[in-house]
Amino acid sequence: MKPRISVHKFASCDGCQLAFLNLGEELLTLAQLVEIVHFAEAGPVDPDAAVDIAFIEGSVSTPEDAGRILRIRANSRYLVTVGACATSGGLQALRNFADGQEWLAAIYAKPEYVQSLATSTPISQHVKVDLELWGCPVSGRQLLAAVRALLFGVPPWYEKDKVCLECKRRQSVCVMVAKGVPCMGAVTRSGCGALCPSFGRDCYACYGPAENPNAESLARRLEGLGLLPEAVARRFLFINGAAPAFAEAGLKRRGTARD
Amino acid sequence: MTEKRRIPIQVPVLARVEGEGTLELHVRDGAIEDLRLRIFEPPRMFEKLLEGRDYTEVADMVARICGICPVAYQMSAVQAIESLFGAEPGPWVRDMRRVFYCGEWIQSHSLHIHMLAAPDFLGYTSITEMAREHADEVRRGLRLQALGNEIIRLLGARSVHPVGARIGGFHHAPARAQVDALREKLQAALPEAEALVRWTAALNLPTEEQEFTAVSLRHPREYPMNEGRMVSNRGLDISADRFESRFVEHQEAHSTALHCLHDGKPYLVGPLARLNLNLDRLPAPVRNLADGLGIEFPSRNMYHSIVARALEIVVAMREAIRLLEVYDEPSAPYISVTPRAGTGYGCTEAPRGLLWHRYDIDAAGAVIKARIVPPTSQNQARMEEDLRTSLRSLGVRQGEAALRRRGEMVIRNYDPCISCATHFLDLRVHELTHA
Repeated sequence: MKPRISVHKFASCDGCQLAFLNLGEELLTLAQLVEIVHFAEAGPVDPDAAVDIAFIEGSVSTPEDAGRILRIRANSRYLVTVGACATSGGLQALRNFADGQEWLAAIYAKPEYVQSLATSTPISQHVKVDLELWGCPVSGRQLLAAVRALLFGVPPWYEKDKVCLECKRRQSVCVMVAKGVPCMGAVTRSGCGALCPSFGRDCYACYGPAENPNAESLARRLEGLGLLPEAVARRFLFINGAAPAFAEAGLKRRGTARD
Repeated sequence: MTEKRRIPIQVPVLARVEGEGTLELHVRDGAIEDLRLRIFEPPRMFEKLLEGRDYTEVADMVARICGICPVAYQMSAVQAIESLFGAEPGPWVRDMRRVFYCGEWIQSHSLHIHMLAAPDFLGYTSITEMAREHADEVRRGLRLQALGNEIIRLLGARSVHPVGARIGGFHHAPARAQVDALREKLQAALPEAEALVRWTAALNLPTEEQEFTAVSLRHPREYPMNEGRMVSNRGLDISADRFESRFVEHQEAHSTALHCLHDGKPYLVGPLARLNLNLDRLPAPVRNLADGLGIEFPSRNMYHSIVARALEIVVAMREAIRLLEVYDEPSAPYISVTPRAGTGYGCTEAPRGLLWHRYDIDAAGAVIKARIVPPTSQNQARMEEDLRTSLRSLGVRQGEAALRRRGEMVIRNYDPCISCATHFLDLRVHELTHA
């Protein structure tokens, strides 16, 4: 019997699911290697089916979704989060630092009609996660490598270096050293291909914190470049702002700014 | 005495749309009494997320509203902010933004035609199932989708949440050799895109006609994409900053997507609206192609949306080829701008329709307030109107499976990007009968 996989969506932009849908010919190959039992955007719908690998896109931000993720976990041998939302809570987790209900009232005339939790949280705060794929968005390469490794029964390999290493391997000019641009590459997880510096711009940390990021040290460096504490805070409180290492560095600056 | 018998029938999430929702039918004595498209995308509250952020951060943030059309969000945002700052990035940036947008139209339309819509008309549940008997057509679709992505990567480094766009232009200008290589690929694939148009026109599409108001941008010379005035087939002709005087969003109890109405009424945005209103702006070869399809445009058959999408792929490929043919590497890919306090408006044509942005910005360049009206919230009232008409004419006695299938097919026509506004579909039939 072919291994069974599912792709589930929570609060997200659908962009990480596109990593599957943009595979081209490889998507057809994947469909031959595995049985895709639930992937609503691509067609198959069977959300409660038992599977070998469940891929989760998006963060938990409604009471209903908090229950749904428990059912998916119970039905899955491996559970893999794909992307910033599922792995760190995503950009929308910035509401965790504000008054979420007040925000809802500001946008919706009748907030009582909208079911929403005060926070946007990563999947790992709700259930055990077997593998986390960081990135906003993840790439097809990350997904296929994960599928292959899990199906072969070997521990999946995943990126944990800093973007700086990837950037050096590409032989890109360091934008921070050469142009004084406030780049986040020194604390950000590799895996994107160091695209931003290759385009002459700052990394904005869409792949989340690397292993052992020295966020405090980079924050001081950014201040040395002339950024005000609030501007430093915003560098960390962005796409993966709720990831603990980034939240700590960012909120500390925001606190300073208010003193 | 009337007995109300409620029979909620849970049908799983609707397949092949970007998001989730419920279609609720209230049936009394065998007739549809009420119909509601309930959308329950978890709110992500982007407009609040943007408050307090610097104007330089906006393009990277709004991309995250939609993974399928991040370029559209970036383009409406940079236009709004640049117009406020009085910045004019010049012809190179203007041309490259159009190329960038062409990439997104090709990618998004190819994905929609092949992965979401065509399986309906050919009787399959998914593209992988369809690929078994229509392998060549599916592969052609995947190739076109990949080409669209390649254009986005040329200027954005990656196709989902590209990193190249900024206020004032682009972070990076591609090398001439890279541009030439891509242009040759586009040129070689043009006959495939034209064949795709003929293939969609030959599909067995339902023939139902409906009355609707169509709204799109209109440009003095070009097929609309990045710029233009907002027009309709009922005489509307306004600039983007007047949007709020004629279009009002309101909240319905049954949906987290706000419904937008034009002069109090439903209206259509997207490929069919654009094509109907801009036939005279099609490049001549595309107009000839459209004229030879045996379909009369402007069309009032919503199912012609798939043909309109295919025609727009050809438009986008021809435009990209035309603009890349005269490509020169610029001395700088962007201009610097100076923030100014005030309100800026931006409106561009996302693959699925008008995307309107408004930003209130302070003198330091921080966002005070943002308002974003995505195409799906604009189409939502029209989708409900279409569902009412289509399901009534189908007849509720057809049974739930048939109702759901037709309902899904109707909704898919609008290519709702549910993450933008919204999420999709289970069917609930509430049957009310006299005892």
